Amino acid sequence: MIPPFETFYDAHRAEIFRFLDRRLGRDRAEDAFQETFLRALRAYPRLEHGEHLRAWVFTIANRIVFDDARKRKPGGELPELPVEDGLPAFEDLAPFTDDLPPKERAAVVLRYGYDLTYDEIGAAIGSSTQAARQAASAGVRRLRKEHE
Amino acid sequence: MTVSPSLDERFRAAAATADLLDVAYDVLPDTPVGPLLVGVTGRGVCRISFDSEPEHQLEELARVFGPRVLRSPKPIEQLRRELDEYFEGRRQHFDIETDVRGMPAYNVKVLAELARVEYGHTTTYGALAALTGNPRAARAVGTVMNRNPIPIVLPCHRVIGASGSLTGYGGGLDRKEHLLRLEGAIL
Repeated sequence: MIPPFETFYDAHRAEIFRFLDRRLGRDRAEDAFQETFLRALRAYPRLEHGEHLRAWVFTIANRIVFDDARKRKPGGELPELPVEDGLPAFEDLAPFTDDLPPKERAAVVLRYGYDLTYDEIGAAIGSSTQAARQAASAGVRRLRKEHE
Repeated sequence: MTVSPSLDERFRAAAATADLLDVAYDVLPDTPVGPLLVGVTGRGVCRISFDSEPEHQLEELARVFGPRVLRSPKPIEQLRRELDEYFEGRRQHFDIETDVRGMPAYNVKVLAELARVEYGHTTTYGALAALTGNPRAARAVGTVMNRNPIPIVLPCHRVIGASGSLTGYGGGLDRKEHLLRLEGAIL
């Protein structure tokens, strides 16, 4: 059963706003926040179940961050943001992940871009927790090798 | 870092303007019969509840009308205004349409007949039962009244016992009495 949108919105709005604020800065985060949840509303009736909604809404928010970056710097590099919590900042990583196999790319992006747990990543990409962990580390190894 | 109230309200208004909601609801915190939770769809008012705790209502609203249930004050404005006027004694008839999707056919039939009971008048469970085809179904009519999803607008407070006693009310007898007094149906 898909929860009422109010329940979903209430559960995720704070962390989505934090995520957008960190990626885009306060001003652009406000528009991106509204756009994220409007897109979620448009897609909401097509959801088949109420699982993995957190990963789903992060996927939407992240796409909006990308769109925003492209709009601002067509064809250019994505902006560099500082490394936080010892993780490579997503924007630094993103341009390099395009060539990864899809599952590894998704795992890397969800882990280091969205700070999702391997449990949640597994759910989002339809794998076990263990397979999600392996895909992320295989992706990171491949990135290291390609960019040495 | 939290979502500011103004950003929150901006999103809620934008969701309604973009016509993306199955149900918009809000809580009217201060009416003469206490706080009310009210809900509207694109077709009209779908819920008025004396239980104003949203968490008790949202899942059922989502099940009946669709999952996009969101608190959003703007779509409620017409209903809010009509209720204000009613409670001030300036309105005897609601113009807003009702949306009773999801109710069994019998309930819909009884509620349609109920909607014709005029302001300031009362009828009885038995009379309403007779009008909907079975004079002996007074008890069934009572059950329909008790589960009326849109009290006040669908005026189940105007249905009383054959003896003239107020009998019962989903929102409690005090409220029934208040509404009938407001309408001048009882002294």
